[in-house]
Amino acid sequence: MEANHKIRVENLSLRVNGHEILKDINVSIPENKITVILGPSGCGKTTLMKSMNRLTDIYPEMHVRGRILIDEEDILNTHKDVTAIRKKMGLLSQRPYPLPMSIYNNIAFGLRISGRKKRDLLDKRVEHYLKQASLWEEVKGRLREPASSLSIGQQQRLCLARGLAVDPEIILADEPTSALDPISSQEIEKKFLDLKQDYTIVLVTHILRQAARLADHVIFMYLGEVIEQAPAEEFFHHPRTEITRAYLKGSIN
Amino acid sequence: MSLWLILMLAMPVLIGGGLLWKSWSLLHDHALGELLLSTRWRPLSGEFGFAPFILSSLWVTLVSLLIAGPVCVLSAIHLTQYAPRIVLKVMQPVTDILAGIPSVIYGVWGIVAIVPLVSRNLAPLMGAETTGYSILSGAIVLAVMIIPFVLNILIEIFRSIPIELQEASLSLGASRWYTIKYVTLRKALPGIVSALGLGLSRAFGETIAVLMVVGNVTIIPRGVFQPGYPLPALIANNYGEMLSIPMYDSALMFGALILFVIVMVFNLAARLTIIRYEKVSQ
Ligand SMILES: Nc1ncnc2c1ncn2[C@@H]1O[C@H](COP(=O)(O)OP(=O)(O)O)[C@@H](O)[C@H]1O
Ligand SMILES: [Mg+2]
Repeated sequence: MEANHKIRVENLSLRVNGHEILKDINVSIPENKITVILGPSGCGKTTLMKSMNRLTDIYPEMHVRGRILIDEEDILNTHKDVTAIRKKMGLLSQRPYPLPMSIYNNIAFGLRISGRKKRDLLDKRVEHYLKQASLWEEVKGRLREPASSLSIGQQQRLCLARGLAVDPEIILADEPTSALDPISSQEIEKKFLDLKQDYTIVLVTHILRQAARLADHVIFMYLGEVIEQAPAEEFFHHPRTEITRAYLKGSIN
Repeated sequence: MSLWLILMLAMPVLIGGGLLWKSWSLLHDHALGELLLSTRWRPLSGEFGFAPFILSSLWVTLVSLLIAGPVCVLSAIHLTQYAPRIVLKVMQPVTDILAGIPSVIYGVWGIVAIVPLVSRNLAPLMGAETTGYSILSGAIVLAVMIIPFVLNILIEIFRSIPIELQEASLSLGASRWYTIKYVTLRKALPGIVSALGLGLSRAFGETIAVLMVVGNVTIIPRGVFQPGYPLPALIANNYGEMLSIPMYDSALMFGALILFVIVMVFNLAARLTIIRYEKVSQ
């Protein structure tokens, strides 16, 4: 069964000051599935994810080579506006970074950039996305308060809602639960399982159990290289390489 | 050690108290409102109106801030967001050196370069006539003096903003400039305000460099091309002379007290903003 591939990374390498952080990466990410990028910390997971929406552009010391195809279109070697590429992807980072404005404006920010400025329409959309991130009930009475007044768990859901509001096709999440308490983590995980009907989700984690709970597809990285990629079932039960087996047993960290 | 610390902590109180004590005889004789608001400065006939000096100080300081503020904010944005890291590394020692130049040298530079520039180029451009010894010359010299100081603080402020915040904005489809305008600058705003506040309190007290180019004429300035007579210049020029005039000594001390209070207020306000901002952003 050949799934549709939303993202294909081909021969991607990334160097910083002559040091190769990503080495000849080749991966495919299936559509409407959760793909987990797994690996010990420092192996390049975050960097790989950032190159997928060209956030590597803002680090002048990073030199990227290779191709990243999204919907068969190479986003690295293109003259297309980078902001249009980024709008296809919502980003959730390791800790929530709410924009320095109100809860309402955190969601409206992306909507306004996309040209939706009418007040009543904005109100409706803000409510819709806050509901989608299961945050509406908690914040509906305080939309004008600064986003920084929310708890960390709420902030992370706000960041999710903010990302969904630009109507992306892909969600990139970089260890999105690592700063959260168990309950908030669970909420986010549940959300991801709902969202994969409509989105292609790429989730970075170094928590094996989280990967096992969520993954449809696994990419395992080690020291800047992709060691193995396979459907979750196969990856966890029939790992092909010695390194993967060692990692799954917990002897590599 | 702790004795020194206590002494240092007590210093502002001691200085403030000392100045108050020294200006007491003037305050005893004249109403505070009259001293602050009157424009008549005739020490020989016992009239001490400080308005010309206070207003000159405010003019010079505010104009210098109008010049230095935008320069500093834009440079800090360029240096931290756009320029290669190496430029920032080179700039830092340069600003340190600039900040360390004795102010009398800035004063000489003001007389040689800025005063003629104002009288020959800037004033005719605006249809004004001036010797060049003016509020504007003082403000330009002051601006150049506080730019390195304010710029250094602003660079620190911009660098302390996490890059992930920018990444968040960019990933929502915002352009680089839109991100800087609506996210980075907004996050930095309280910091910018307090950096300018610290610059302001420094500019307000600066003496020699301003005194050399501002004209030192006791009038209420009605424009930037007119001369002025800021408070620090009044004290520096006259202290130790004409002390035989009754209450003159006390009047100069009162001038110093005004200066002291205003600078303390600016400083405290700026620091309080920083503290509150750090609490909020955590
Ligand atoms: N901007 C950068 N400059 C230099 N080295 C970097 C930079 N970003 C990441 N690295 C290095 O690249 C490697 C991979 O980092 P990262 O992608 O954050 O790993 P992970 O997310 O798997 O923990 C690390 O060794 C890190 O030090
Ligand atoms: Mg990481």
